[in-house]
Amino acid sequence: MHNAASKSESSRQAHSRRRFLKSGAALGAALVTGAGHPIVGRAQPAPDDPSKLLGGPLRPYGERARFEQSVRERPPGTLDEFGGSFTPLDETLGIITPSALHFVAQRDGTPDIDPQKHRLLIHGLVDRPVILTMEEIKRLPSTSRILFLECAGNTASEWRVPTGKSVRRTHGLTSCSEWTGVPLALLLREAGVSQGAAWILAEGADATGNERSLPMAKAMDDVLVAYGQNGEALRPENGYPLRLIVPGWEGNVNVKWLRRLTVVDHPYMTRMESTRHASMMPDGKARQFAFVMEAKSVIIFPSGDQRLPGPGLYEIRGLAWSGRGLVRRVEVSTDGGKTWRDARLQEPILPLAHTRFRLDWQWDGRETVLQSRCTDETEYVQPTLAELVGVRGLDSFYFNNAIQNWKVAADGSVHNVHA
Amino acid sequence: MSTRRLWWLVGIGMLITTVGVWPAAAQLPTYGVGRPPSAEEVKAWALTIQPDGQGLPPGGGTATLGKPLYEERCASCHGERGEDPKYIRLAGGASTLPADRARLTIGNFWQYATTLWSYIRRAQPFDEPGSLTSDQVYAVTAYLLYLNGIIGEQEVMDAKTLPLVKMPNRDGFVPDPRPDVGQASPQPKR
Repeated sequence: MHNAASKSESSRQAHSRRRFLKSGAALGAALVTGAGHPIVGRAQPAPDDPSKLLGGPLRPYGERARFEQSVRERPPGTLDEFGGSFTPLDETLGIITPSALHFVAQRDGTPDIDPQKHRLLIHGLVDRPVILTMEEIKRLPSTSRILFLECAGNTASEWRVPTGKSVRRTHGLTSCSEWTGVPLALLLREAGVSQGAAWILAEGADATGNERSLPMAKAMDDVLVAYGQNGEALRPENGYPLRLIVPGWEGNVNVKWLRRLTVVDHPYMTRMESTRHASMMPDGKARQFAFVMEAKSVIIFPSGDQRLPGPGLYEIRGLAWSGRGLVRRVEVSTDGGKTWRDARLQEPILPLAHTRFRLDWQWDGRETVLQSRCTDETEYVQPTLAELVGVRGLDSFYFNNAIQNWKVAADGSVHNVHA
Repeated sequence: MSTRRLWWLVGIGMLITTVGVWPAAAQLPTYGVGRPPSAEEVKAWALTIQPDGQGLPPGGGTATLGKPLYEERCASCHGERGEDPKYIRLAGGASTLPADRARLTIGNFWQYATTLWSYIRRAQPFDEPGSLTSDQVYAVTAYLLYLNGIIGEQEVMDAKTLPLVKMPNRDGFVPDPRPDVGQASPQPKR
């Protein structure tokens, strides 16, 4: 009995070794031909019954299952180092965006920064100018907050005509993470802000040296000097090793690769604040130093480029957020805005974070338009595109938080339309 | 104010009175981390040029000098005369505002000439950021201002003259009045 058992054990081990060798050979072939799946050592199809085979080895740093293919999406036709990379919102679950899928906006590439060499300089109108290593910053009292981050140019393609085919292209420049770092107020109090100080100039260590001026009131309120994202270090594209997180404010002021904070008495009129991030109004004047991301929501299922297999029950799913605090209410219309029903908000509902909403819907198979609109804790109600355009015209580019329309055609295909 | 901070301030005060200089070994008072930066460290990073020209280095250039440099290093992205909107149009945009974003230029939109200098020095050319000498940055800046009809071909741009350039759209900016749409209360309640 004992012998039989040990024989069977050794035969299983031999089988496992053969399998290993076989998969190694398959991998070798895949590498030679350049074909096959990118995940190392897993080139063959998965077994029909995984319970009958020894599983794979433990891995020191986890990767997603080889069958998962979600990636960020880039508009075609620009240099690889320049522009935006959109979060596939339609494929995300819950309220946290995986760090690997967090949207990216950059203008001169992702810098390669050694945290051992990185420094943060705080100077200007302060009593005690100081330079800090990453190790020193991490020694200071820390805090973590779940916060959305949205590019001011999110949905900018949609002012004139429906342009993005999918929700990732219309709304994918927003993401939500747990950020960890030191309160900026703590650092500023330590450096001792002098009288007359009214603004902070924050600068990144990338090739553009992205620099933005922030009013002191916000800097002393809730801004984070962050080194953590979803439980680990920031991703390089998201500012490694250090960045500003400015809750509820446009992405561009959340300066990545942060290396300098200069306390000043007036804004320095940098390129990004003086010209790029100014919003043109119909009277020819441009709004400057507009920061807050106003309440916005979007249905991510069903959404553009998806297809419903047929009439029946669906759960409408979406995300809502507000740069002024909590999402209080999300209403959904399944008849192009004629009637509205309250969606269920999924816990946790956190201020300045993505909030997930859901609503059951019986689709009768006829063409219709789906919409969502959210209300935040200041009673602000997400406007229609017509309301926005009525006040701001068609050339303001930034801050398009209009209600999104998804047309469900009779064949189940879903399309981006203007109402 | 904590007793510790008070003592710290008293200590600094005594040092200043007795030694007459700022203490070299200052650290963050409560947590005791960090060190004071050296003058060289601050100088190397504090590159932002303010609208009044503070921080502009010696040197200078004209549009005539800037033209060949622009054509060699900038034109492939921005067009021969700055008219290509693919990576931000620099010149040759709309003559009246408002214009759609692709027709905004230095001439019809930018607020300060110093911003142009500051950005070109640190971020351009795209593939070799920060590689231009001060003279070259002045020259390219002059050429772009010339292309936009703001200065003459032979006008020298330097630390004195650049901040005095009056950009056509200097006064074209207003503060943010939002919330401006929707049934909003003006102040957040948080």
